[in-house]
Amino acid sequence: MRDLSWIFISTMLVNNFTLVMFLGLCSFFGVTGKVETAWRLGLANTFVLVLTAVSVWVLNTFVLAQTPYLRTIAFIVVIASVVQIVEMAVKKYLPVLFRQLGIYLPLITTNCAILGLALFQTSRGYTFVEGLVFALGAGLGLTVALSLMASIRERTELSDVPAVARRMGLVLVIASCLSMAFMGFAGMGTAG
Amino acid sequence: MTSVPVAEAAPAPGAQEFIPGAPPPASAIADIWRGIGRENPVLVQLLGMCPTMAVTNVLANGLAMGLATTFVLVGSGLFVSLFRKYIANEVRITSYILIIATFVTLADMLLAATFPDIRKALGPFIPLIVANCLLLGRAEAFAAKVPVKRAVADGLGMGLGFTLSLSMLSTIREVLGKGSILGHPLFGPRFEPWVFMMLPPGGFLALGIALLGVAYVGELRKRRARRAPVAGRVAA
Amino acid sequence: MSGPACHVPEPPPAVHKSTPAWRLLLTLVVAGAAAGWLIVSVYNATLPAVERHAAEQVNEAVRQVLKAPARWDTLYLVDGALTSKRPASVNAETPMAFVGYDAGGRRIGAAITAAEPGFQELVTLMIGFDPATGALTGYDVLDQQETPGLGDRIESDTDFTRQFPGRVAPLVGVKRAPATPNEVQTITGATISSRAVVRIINDAVARWRPLLQAYDRGGQE
Repeated sequence: MRDLSWIFISTMLVNNFTLVMFLGLCSFFGVTGKVETAWRLGLANTFVLVLTAVSVWVLNTFVLAQTPYLRTIAFIVVIASVVQIVEMAVKKYLPVLFRQLGIYLPLITTNCAILGLALFQTSRGYTFVEGLVFALGAGLGLTVALSLMASIRERTELSDVPAVARRMGLVLVIASCLSMAFMGFAGMGTAG
Repeated sequence: MTSVPVAEAAPAPGAQEFIPGAPPPASAIADIWRGIGRENPVLVQLLGMCPTMAVTNVLANGLAMGLATTFVLVGSGLFVSLFRKYIANEVRITSYILIIATFVTLADMLLAATFPDIRKALGPFIPLIVANCLLLGRAEAFAAKVPVKRAVADGLGMGLGFTLSLSMLSTIREVLGKGSILGHPLFGPRFEPWVFMMLPPGGFLALGIALLGVAYVGELRKRRARRAPVAGRVAA
Repeated sequence: MSGPACHVPEPPPAVHKSTPAWRLLLTLVVAGAAAGWLIVSVYNATLPAVERHAAEQVNEAVRQVLKAPARWDTLYLVDGALTSKRPASVNAETPMAFVGYDAGGRRIGAAITAAEPGFQELVTLMIGFDPATGALTGYDVLDQQETPGLGDRIESDTDFTRQFPGRVAPLVGVKRAPATPNEVQTITGATISSRAVVRIINDAVARWRPLLQAYDRGGQE
């Protein structure tokens, strides 16, 4: 009934985490000055999202089945710990990767996209595989949104922008246009 | 509608920059006003953007989200300040997150028991208050350093500032996008609603225009201050 | 360019001496226990109200799609067959059917819920139909995120919704006025959402009708 390709397309494009569901806006506005950093942060996010999906599935199946009211606390604590452990592990065993992604990992802990994934995965009752696909779609969707935003912002650096729009005003209007563009994906996978 | 005074020396800063080290000596009343105006969490500090746009398509949702956040801000401020002498430095972030998550869970359950429709409309965005950086920011930068009375006043002020900004945005979006306010139709049947404002891009655009307005007011003040240095004082 | 700083603030320089580990643990254990106690007590206090609201919502939807039945039975889908016996572990995920009867004891139809992708997100419907004939009694939208003003007319447009009672599944969505008992006219500007409703109804009836008929045969003995 809920096939995997629909979940993937829906989370990556139709219901893009950043541009349609407004999750992970902090990094979207804060770390999109350069394309290079943006897509690296996106990939680091994807990595953590997939790990979160796995840990949330374990939590929901084995720990929280009888105590749904402890979800919020359990999720935030587990996410913070997972990110911490991943950071230490990557630093120790994959120093090259750490140099490229490492500095973004602490940034990700307080990113609402991660907690949002955990909550949506739970409220929709996704299975293990569906959860993985959901996380992958969400992560790639974030990466696309971050890269697009960063490449547009790189160009606005060189243009003559009125003083009042130089801070966040312009960025939000750009985000509005991007979000509008992503609305065009609605109906994908279901039309017919 | 937005007479938000903007401090000149506030280049889109994070929470810490306002309170370097110890908080400035001020009364509880001043703490409340600061959150509503000069350090408004949404319009000046740009904190808590996810709920700001995700739930502000109609006024009822924006108001509910604002009040729920206020409840969590006041509750966590109270407890963080109350136990500030007992929470060791090494575990303070964990403790703050625990306190915040507890109040978020309480807010979620109370809302489910009293206003199930609103809770359904807000969905996972109520639990997502935990990830709102405004809360951890206030706990770390303010509540952990001041007596209970001021921590609660600050939570109340920040909460009201947040609620006001959310209400303002959601009023604009509901009036333009639906032609109604709190579900009551404002215009006649011939009104063609600007559906765009109800949709995600409308959220980005509404906040973008609000921020442009805030920046414009700041720019005007700066210009006036340059012309007559005495008259350009910011109402604190 | 400094955007909103959204990370955890850096810890201040450790000016005072470090705290012994047992005190750190004690702080966390006490805080955790207090938080747990608070949450559990509020959960228990609010549970009756929450359950009452959920039940009211279902009742209202059943009343609407089955045209105000005098009473109804709840059937649970357990191991691929319907049973009127309440299983030990019932939750919101357990598939259920509500079979409604009028004041004279005659069966009006069965109400079931189903969810499938719409234009934007999953659309959840409660659908009422007569298992014997496959004729619909109506539907009610339980949850949808369709475009405001366009797709959400599957919920608010009475010209669209009032077509369904009496129509026989499987339905076909058409753009002109319906000619046969299994055609419904889609909403202009919301064709995909309208077709999603038609598809959800068709799939749900196809899935539940045999189950309900099997239950009828078993129930008559």
